[in-house]
Amino acid sequence: MKKTLSRRQVIKSAAAGAATLAIPIGSADASVWQSFFQKHFREMSKDEVGEVIQRLEQEYREKYGRDFSIRTDGPQPNTLFGYGLDLSRCIGCRRCVYACVRENNQSRSPQNHWIQVLRFKKGETWVQDLEGSEKYYNPEKVPEPGYFYMPVQCQQCENPPCVKACPTKATWKEPDGIVVVDYNWCIGCRFCMAACPYGARHFNWAAPQIPPEEINPDTHYLGNRPRYKGVVEKCTFCIQRTRGNPGRYTACVEICPVGARKFGNLLDPKSEIRYCIENKRVFRLKEDLKTNPKFYYFFAT
Amino acid sequence: MPYAIRNFFIVLKGVAQGNKYYYLWLAFLFVCIGLGVNAYINQLQDGLILTAMRDQVSWGYYIANFTFLVGVAAAAVFLVVPAYLYHFKPIKEIVLFGELMAVSAVTMCILFVLVDMGRIDRLWHVMPVIGTMNFPVSMLSWDIIVLNGYLAINLCISLYALYKLAHDREYNIKIIKPLIMLSIPWAVSIHTVTAFLFMGLAARPFWNASILAPRFLASAFCAGPAIMLIVFQIVRKVSKIEIDNRAIFKIAELMAYAMGINLFLFGAEYFKEFYSATSHLAHMEYMYFGLHEHTSLVPYLRLAFFFNVTAFILFVLPKTRENFFTMNLACVLIIVGVYIEKGMGLSIPGFVPDVLGEIYEYMPTTTERLVSLGIIAIGMLLYTLLLKFAMPVWTGELRFYTKENPTAQ
Repeated sequence: MKKTLSRRQVIKSAAAGAATLAIPIGSADASVWQSFFQKHFREMSKDEVGEVIQRLEQEYREKYGRDFSIRTDGPQPNTLFGYGLDLSRCIGCRRCVYACVRENNQSRSPQNHWIQVLRFKKGETWVQDLEGSEKYYNPEKVPEPGYFYMPVQCQQCENPPCVKACPTKATWKEPDGIVVVDYNWCIGCRFCMAACPYGARHFNWAAPQIPPEEINPDTHYLGNRPRYKGVVEKCTFCIQRTRGNPGRYTACVEICPVGARKFGNLLDPKSEIRYCIENKRVFRLKEDLKTNPKFYYFFAT
Repeated sequence: MPYAIRNFFIVLKGVAQGNKYYYLWLAFLFVCIGLGVNAYINQLQDGLILTAMRDQVSWGYYIANFTFLVGVAAAAVFLVVPAYLYHFKPIKEIVLFGELMAVSAVTMCILFVLVDMGRIDRLWHVMPVIGTMNFPVSMLSWDIIVLNGYLAINLCISLYALYKLAHDREYNIKIIKPLIMLSIPWAVSIHTVTAFLFMGLAARPFWNASILAPRFLASAFCAGPAIMLIVFQIVRKVSKIEIDNRAIFKIAELMAYAMGINLFLFGAEYFKEFYSATSHLAHMEYMYFGLHEHTSLVPYLRLAFFFNVTAFILFVLPKTRENFFTMNLACVLIIVGVYIEKGMGLSIPGFVPDVLGEIYEYMPTTTERLVSLGIIAIGMLLYTLLLKFAMPVWTGELRFYTKENPTAQ
């Protein structure tokens, strides 16, 4: 990026910058003020939440030309979500990556992916040696002989280092175990990203762009509603789906063509995830860090 | 009230009048600030995408500068220790300039954190009472408290002393001394807490080492005083303030010890990583040898090591320490060496390879360089103006208008 500075340019960008910062005194657009003074999600009363949702739905409608629904469903009682991933089945097709992008309104430009699929060479090293993995593999066909794949996303730690790091309490662990972010409270310091051992947190380095026809208008405040420039986002186990009653599977579970992905309630002894944990040899990523993830990898054989 | 207004003009006149070189220096700083402000406005508009930071390396040049400057701020007060604890008089007289340096350096630190934020408009969220500061859990909230506290303490001490002096009154040592005594552990705390920011992250083995905090302090006590030594020589040249050579050489001697400790701690870290050669070695290997042909930091860090060792030798030998040419050379070497080692050399390798083993090579973009230049220029401008006012007050050339002193101009 090389730019020569003319005086005009300086003045122009100074004016534009002032415009971005400008406070619309007397302007009809009161929503700028309202969004500036919006409280922390957990400190708002029911009425205040209602007002905010209304305003946000309006803002999104103006921006994307679609009707939005932003739900704020709380956690179900006696629920602690857990995830299972069968490494012996995963073929590395990345369908989960893009299903997640569509479901969760991730930015298409610049691209933002909540799931990273790592490719390992069989017979060389085990998954602890992450340095030996390849994220940008791009073959004609998957699976490739001689390789296995390990998708990584937010591990929904019971002891999340990102929550500890956040200076504003803009991210926290919900009672059903999902670590969420209030995108209107995050200040974009990115300390959580430095703290996360799984590369699960992603930043909006530029204003996220999504073509209006690709938007998913069925959203949750703490989940897949469109984000802003300069805030952190992450996987929420598709909170907008899984908190429904009846709950739906996450987009990645639903799309997986080989059934490598399992999801369910860890507190329900009859759930599939509990069956996997009790009957397969499961492990969790970087267990030595004691983050206690609720994301279990296993081999089904 | 008229007194205050008249005195305000006295201050204004003091800082606005200078010789040709002074104006040239100010003009240079203003150009740098202009470039920085323009780059920052672009960054505000387009987002941090204008930097080279990405999800893999989520902190870069801004945080690197921040870390270095916290050290400078802490070390400026380091001069207080020999002055007050050992009553070493030659240094006692120059403590004020250290405190003003601390004020300027902390200001730069705060600015570097602000430009690194994705949402500066939400700054109030992090403030106590009106926001939801995550205190005491988040180390960043500690850093906010100690840095602002440090700024306040040093501002109080220096402005109070200057205010009294400008009124031709003795400052009350009973007020000043407890503040100075507080500022010493506080200086240690700002640097310790900044080290804890990095150290507390189990996800990043390169930072998750208890040696980090002591090493931070040791390297700070090299670079900070090195800057002060150069400042003292300038002050001596442009004003009537006399700064004893003994003070300068004493500080240089203390720096030699600090650098010795820094090099020893570095050696301990180096040995541990390379001898045990676990997977955590990757970060250090990346710094000094490159990893899988990614070598962009290698020349800088090797240079920094060479500079630090050379400076150590120059400072430790009394002959070169007490020769102004070699001493100044060593000062420059130390400043550059520590700037590389503790700036980019500390923050970037923590992210390379990243937590999933990916190597993303980071090099700051023009935007980052210009914004950083602007902030450093702001800090230098602040220090210049503070000194311009403080120097004549110190020598008695500038006095405020009071009832007893109606002739003040």
